[in-house]
Amino acid sequence: MGISVDGANKSFGDFQALDDVSIEVPDGSLTALLGPSGSGKSTLLRAIAGLETLDAGRVLIDGEDVSKKPTQKREVGFVFQHYAAFKHMTVYENVGFGLKIRKWKKEKIRARVDELLNLVQLPGLADRYPSQLSGGQRQRMALARALAVQPQVLLLDEPFGALDAKVRKDLRTWLRNLHEEMNVTTIFVTHDQEEAMDVAGQLVVMNQGRVEQSGSADDLYDKPANEFVMSFVGEVNRLGDDFVRPHDIEIVRDRDDSTEEAMVQRIVALGFEIRVELMLADGTEVWAQLTRGELQRLELREGQIAYLRPVHAKSFNGSPPSNPRGASTPHGSPDGGDAGITAAA
Amino acid sequence: MEAHAAQAPVAPPRARQLRLPGVGAGLGRGVVVLYLSVIVLLPIAALANQAFSEGLAHFWSQVTSPAAKSSLELILACSLIVVAINAFFGTVVAWLLVRDNFPGKSLVNAIIDLPFALPTIVASLILIELWGNKSPIGIDIALSRTAIVVALCFVTLPFVVRAVQPLLIEMDRDMEEAAASLGAGGFTVFRRIIFPNLLPGLAAGVALAFARALGEYGSVLIFAGGTKNTTVASILIGQQIEQGNETGAAAISVVLLAMALVVLVLITLIQRWGSRHERAQGAGAGGLGLAVTAPPAPQEDDERE
Repeated sequence: MGISVDGANKSFGDFQALDDVSIEVPDGSLTALLGPSGSGKSTLLRAIAGLETLDAGRVLIDGEDVSKKPTQKREVGFVFQHYAAFKHMTVYENVGFGLKIRKWKKEKIRARVDELLNLVQLPGLADRYPSQLSGGQRQRMALARALAVQPQVLLLDEPFGALDAKVRKDLRTWLRNLHEEMNVTTIFVTHDQEEAMDVAGQLVVMNQGRVEQSGSADDLYDKPANEFVMSFVGEVNRLGDDFVRPHDIEIVRDRDDSTEEAMVQRIVALGFEIRVELMLADGTEVWAQLTRGELQRLELREGQIAYLRPVHAKSFNGSPPSNPRGASTPHGSPDGGDAGITAAA
Repeated sequence: MEAHAAQAPVAPPRARQLRLPGVGAGLGRGVVVLYLSVIVLLPIAALANQAFSEGLAHFWSQVTSPAAKSSLELILACSLIVVAINAFFGTVVAWLLVRDNFPGKSLVNAIIDLPFALPTIVASLILIELWGNKSPIGIDIALSRTAIVVALCFVTLPFVVRAVQPLLIEMDRDMEEAAASLGAGGFTVFRRIIFPNLLPGLAAGVALAFARALGEYGSVLIFAGGTKNTTVASILIGQQIEQGNETGAAAISVVLLAMALVVLVLITLIQRWGSRHERAQGAGAGGLGLAVTAPPAPQEDDERE
């Protein structure tokens, strides 16, 4: 079932959470809503579920305007960041909750719950209480609970946000596989661009209540619409009006017309990746990403003069960011702290 | 949650133990037992001793006399009615105070405790002014059985409100939204999600309200009086002491005490059942800090002996 949101607006007091947002989510797709906190991505997801009412705009599921429908009639599966486990019910009762409400027969519920617990790899834990499960297990239980009622769409609000890095990675892969198997239209919210690119086929980048750009991971990375998207989906250096990714900075030993002179400030080895921090003649700090082999070939040392050649530099002067407020904080992204433009000295 | 995120089942955290600062556990327990003995257990023992001082047969005749029987039945019936009423309205009041926004909310929140803080004799005067023979609204229920129920409702309301309120405040709203997304309507969400999570607090509030109602004296004495129809057990005890029948007074007291104990035990069982999921984890139950709150973890039961 495809989902469209059309001209959505939502304010909480003075704060405009959604500012004329429209998105299209194709049937059967796995879409990420990506953005820093306060960008409106969770509000948008909750509006699709009916957990928030829009001030203006429409939500369509499978072409039907559901804007006036209460949550319980929308047939959406919703998964919360903090699991929202029914803590007074066992795992079995949690997963079977929606079926019990639909007055399914006991044996049918038993069969369906067993099937789902196998699907989310929690067989044998049916009689536990949520408090006896780990975070990852609770979230899988929550997912089974949402899937039990065969929702038209599956909505996940920062589903892995409360889990540690290792479990997060496992669940990502698992979610992607699950989506391939179930093929239910899925939207998930995240502030982690790596997670979004890893899991989703389509990404919608949001900032300050607006959609900055949507498209595939490659589209966003290679053809960012503005500097916000460029700096949010990857690392960026700023050279005058140009923006360039650290791996698109070439370092050469001889100067020519296309190079700029810079001093090597610091060389940091991060395993395979080498991070070279440089300062240009005008004081601008940039960093370049090299491989170990490249570094050895160049024989770079700290304090040395080298020559930079930016390739694939981008300039957004012709097309300023859609949101004028975004322009005043070009590098700003509270969550994407490491997406800054200059290297820390 | 970081620590819980591993795939292995979580080891239940050990329940908190009694540790007074700078004092060993043994000494701490000793102090508590001594204090409880002096303040609670010894007086109760003395009361029981007095009640049975003239033999079991005499005790039995005292508590089965027509006056004693009717006073005990009356207070038991009234108390049950009152806790039923307040279980409902106390929850409604707590609900409005937590979930609703209305002008004067903080004022209402502040005066909820008034019936509890007020001297009961003052409470009865307030009730007489409104519902007595000079009633400005023309309803005179003073000196009737209705008056007993009204007086007891008045003094026990705060117990339920204050027991339910913190649970409502702490309740995870995500649970309700999750239930709604699974197709549950408002009433189903209340019945299956909210109410089960309020039950331990509600039970604690009801237990305290019931115990208080059983023994309430001042407000009932003035408002409902000690007429033939409205002599509840506490008033009868007072009358018997005035008449010099201390053994009879003690005997009825013992029955009141037994009734209160039975209810407390029943409520504790309800609470244990209502918070079984928390014991499964070994976390603290309810967090109300009331005497009737279920013990935190079954493996720690020996701590209470």
